[in-house]
Amino acid sequence: MNYEPVIGLEVHAQLLTETKIFCACSTRFGSRPNENTCPVCLGLPGVLPVLNKKVVEYAIRAGLATHCAITRKSVFARKNYFYPDLPKGYQISQYELPICQKGWIEIEVGTQKKRIGITRIHLEEDAGKSLHEHPKTRQHGASWVDLNRAGVALIETVSEPDIRSAEETVAYLKKFRAILVSLGICDGNMEEGSLRCDVNISLRPVGTEKFGTRAELKNMNSFKHIEKALAYEINRQASLLDAGKTITQETRLWNDDLGVTESMRSKEEAFDYRYFPDPDLLPLVVSDTWITEIEKSLPELPDAMRDRLIRDYQLTPYDAAILTGSRDLSRFFEQSVQLYPEAKKVANWIINEFLRLIEGDESRIAGTKITPQHLAKTLQLVDAGTISGSVAKTVLQKIFESGGGPEAVIAREGLAQVSDTGALEAAIAEIIAANPDQVAKYKGGNEKLIGFFVGLVMKKTQGRGNPGLINKLLKDKLG
Amino acid sequence: MFSFSRGKMKLTHEEVKKIARLARLQLTEADLEKYATQLSAVLSYIERLNQLDTANIEPTAHAFLVPTPFREDKVKPYTEQELSLQNAPDREGPFFKVPKVIA
Repeated sequence: MNYEPVIGLEVHAQLLTETKIFCACSTRFGSRPNENTCPVCLGLPGVLPVLNKKVVEYAIRAGLATHCAITRKSVFARKNYFYPDLPKGYQISQYELPICQKGWIEIEVGTQKKRIGITRIHLEEDAGKSLHEHPKTRQHGASWVDLNRAGVALIETVSEPDIRSAEETVAYLKKFRAILVSLGICDGNMEEGSLRCDVNISLRPVGTEKFGTRAELKNMNSFKHIEKALAYEINRQASLLDAGKTITQETRLWNDDLGVTESMRSKEEAFDYRYFPDPDLLPLVVSDTWITEIEKSLPELPDAMRDRLIRDYQLTPYDAAILTGSRDLSRFFEQSVQLYPEAKKVANWIINEFLRLIEGDESRIAGTKITPQHLAKTLQLVDAGTISGSVAKTVLQKIFESGGGPEAVIAREGLAQVSDTGALEAAIAEIIAANPDQVAKYKGGNEKLIGFFVGLVMKKTQGRGNPGLINKLLKDKLG
Repeated sequence: MFSFSRGKMKLTHEEVKKIARLARLQLTEADLEKYATQLSAVLSYIERLNQLDTANIEPTAHAFLVPTPFREDKVKPYTEQELSLQNAPDREGPFFKVPKVIA
């Protein structure tokens, strides 16, 4: 039978505040284990949580940017379960009254635009980290707990089950990530866990309304894994349904080594969280004035920026979508265009070369040695004939590796274009002498062979020969 | 989730066992009977409250009328982690040490 996947996402985003949600401990990554802990986040008796105002502001930002209604009076609740990295025995979260409700995000797949509904965004605290192998001794007999992350502020964003394919899933996550990053409230780093995603997926026969039983894929930490896991899971569920079997509602984990999803816990062991309002925290009240103030301070969001890039620079929607994937990248683009106004060319160089150098990881832009000034100068040097386009790639690579401006790199590495007729003629003479057959064929009328000769001369000059000049000299010699 | 209906006045031992399991408590048979009686009394009281007409009353999470206060996002380092670690049942270096969580 033909099935349609029905997918909904729960995304946890770590907020970029200086301190934790309910205490003044630092959120710094990479501190000594348990250095950023205090009686509040350790859950010691006799302490009270005090809410970080910035956390609320950030959650409201996320809500406004995703067209949510902001709840004027929301409530913190306790989610009860036992785990060693949850020191209080409950997680402070929001249940019945989350801070943001009922919004949407627009995604594009191909040329199709689609709105994905947001059910809710709620505030909660993160848990700590359990290591199952001692980081130094490699011992296995126990678990070691680091509570530096316990109490770091998270927003959990729950989507409506509006998503219908792996492609849409990735488009939604990428768009949501771009929004969070542009708001400056999350660094969006999936590998380090600043952005974590649980995917709910069920199948139903095409054309039917009723949802099937779903599986939850937990802790998906890369776009690639999400695509692979969804492809596997759609297949697994379809085979079960075709065989007349039922789907078990359960949590599954993607095993990337084996390329399968595996059951993590069955329904019998399912948690019973016993949510109830946290008596330690009074209702969270936000005023209209505050919301308006936050709304006014919102930066240009990815959708608006994409539309502006298309309009102002005549970029394709595809290029514009890539360049607005992060604030750093769009800033890099706009700064480069200021210095070198051929927008399409700049976009190509950024998308093809710059992103390749930083391996598509936009978080590396801030720390990279290449600046918009370097890119613009390099393109100017190509236009001036100082270097060829292919050498320009090498120049950017060298700047990326060891820094320095393009001119310094060209001088240091001896990359300047050879436009010296004498040097090029010597190389051409050698090549003509070494390839009598091809010379004869060329003279016999096979003019396409000119490319073969240009290639050899370029090789001989290590890509530094001036291609126009080589062409002309070759034609003179061979003609 | 466990439910307690109007007609049913006393918790079964199974229900008490389930609650005990969620709280990681080990109860004897005598405990089960004792807590079944005590918890049932609490629920009966709630049942009495349920008779009030609350149709026009806003759901109330707290009895106080003040909203939650805020704290500015400024780090105030706490430096007595060594004491926290010393009070733990077990530790190793800067880590809390616990029985192995996963196989």
